[in-house]
Amino acid sequence: MSQIVLTTTWFFPNVNWDNIWNATKETLYMTSVSLLLTFIFGIMLGLILFLTDRGNLWENKIIQGVTAAFVNVFRSIPFIILIVLLIPFTTFIVGSMFGPSAALPSLVIGAAPFYARMVQIALREIDKGVIEASKSMGASNMQIIFKVLLPESMPALISAITVTAIALVGFTAMAGVIGAGGLGDLAFRHGFQRSNNEVTFVATVVVLLIVFIMQIIGDRLTNILDKR
Amino acid sequence: MISLSKLVKTFQTRDGQVTAVDHIDLKIDKGEIFGVIGYSGAGKSTLIRLLNMLETPSSGDVVVAGKNMNKLKKKELREARQEIGMIFQHFNLLWSRTVRENIAFPLEIKGVPKEERMKKVDELIRLVGLDGRGESYPSQLSGGQKQRVGIARALANNPKVLLCDEATSALDPKTTDSILDLLVDINEKLGLTIVLITHEMHVIRKICHRVAVMENGTIVEQGNVLDVFRRPQQEMTKEFVKQVTEPEETKEAIKHLFEQDGISHVLQLTFVGGEAEKPLITNLIRSFNITVNIMQGKISQTQNGSYGSLFISVDGELSEIERAIEFIHKQKVEVEVIHSESNRLNHDLVLS
Repeated sequence: MSQIVLTTTWFFPNVNWDNIWNATKETLYMTSVSLLLTFIFGIMLGLILFLTDRGNLWENKIIQGVTAAFVNVFRSIPFIILIVLLIPFTTFIVGSMFGPSAALPSLVIGAAPFYARMVQIALREIDKGVIEASKSMGASNMQIIFKVLLPESMPALISAITVTAIALVGFTAMAGVIGAGGLGDLAFRHGFQRSNNEVTFVATVVVLLIVFIMQIIGDRLTNILDKR
Repeated sequence: MISLSKLVKTFQTRDGQVTAVDHIDLKIDKGEIFGVIGYSGAGKSTLIRLLNMLETPSSGDVVVAGKNMNKLKKKELREARQEIGMIFQHFNLLWSRTVRENIAFPLEIKGVPKEERMKKVDELIRLVGLDGRGESYPSQLSGGQKQRVGIARALANNPKVLLCDEATSALDPKTTDSILDLLVDINEKLGLTIVLITHEMHVIRKICHRVAVMENGTIVEQGNVLDVFRRPQQEMTKEFVKQVTEPEETKEAIKHLFEQDGISHVLQLTFVGGEAEKPLITNLIRSFNITVNIMQGKISQTQNGSYGSLFISVDGELSEIERAIEFIHKQKVEVEVIHSESNRLNHDLVLS
């Protein structure tokens, strides 16, 4: 019974709410998992970019050059092309090229370099004097990274991950087109290909809701963390 | 406690090599407050950073508390640095941490257990006078309070040496004095050796025992603060000494007074050391038949005695004034006739 009540309603009679709900879950799954991985890999990449830069703790031209090249290349490839390009890699890692999980590698590889650049900018904003003070106290490089660099740049890291998260929602919609599922897939197949404008509209509203909620959470977190 | 020998630091810049520190030899004793003064670009910031290897020397040796800093391995250097506290012009606190957490930071680095850490932090908060502000964030503190946190943080690991990098240059005069008082207090209470660099002679005057004057990467003059005040050798030193002993307008103001009627002779008395406390003026009036009028004066306290100058106008028989001047000389107070109606007095002074 409840299934029928959920499936069709009087206000969008042509919308199957089960489909919407499933697509939303898929989008949320792809976004949250890829976001978490992007956060981790992005910070790692960003730290390498920052620390190997001139005058910094791990100054190293070669590693700096290689990392910067990697970041620039993957940040520049249009996402829709990146997914296609990565199909062999995805099949190798996930075992399939369809479904929400199959979208994850390309989502992370597309978003992490983007986030890494923002991490690098956030780390550069840290007062050099604070790093100097930590050195003068005898801190090791690891202590400087985990007790100084990351905590001191956390508000900037969080607001940057918010921006990245919103970009990721957009990426998941594109991933949907090649069979990853989610709201983008729904809007494309049911909305566009079957000319069901109501589905397109509802999918858009749900995507917007997700984006707004993420933005609000990000802003809140940034405010709480920022003691400046 | 600290000894530098043939210390050199050169930087490679686009415009060629710059020698920031040029063959400096220096010894700083245990428990003393040693000041380095110089204008910006003199190399004093580089010098103080060479003491804890924030800058690595191009050549020469740095020995602090018996350890040859430039020969230590990475890990040994980190341990050695824990025995050298440092405070900064811009405080360099972690804004993401509360006052307590900031002070606990060096203890965390050293790996002190939490309970012990908290005890030590409480102690330090009391020592620097920040009771009740432990849970505040640096952004909620005034400049003086931030520097107090900086000092507490620098003292957390019971260092043997405290380095102060322009520690009061960003503070207003009143706050500067309270921070300087705190440093003297710490120096006396804990027997800590303090090295400070500054461009303000006021700071040197107020708390240092010995001073070195830096210019173009070398030390051009050094000695007891009082001696340097008494007999500055270099032009630069004289400029610095003037900052605190003579208000700029003094000579102008006095000159203006010369024009007034009834002022016949003006003497400048320069006090160095303990003499400033003796009742010289009283003795002058009692022993000689002259009138004395104090026009302007400034006496400064240094860590090893008072220093200052006093402008007085005297009136009376010329021979009586001459005897009075001789008397002042005998009190080990330097005297200079800066204005006189009679040429004789000026001549006499040149002779004596």
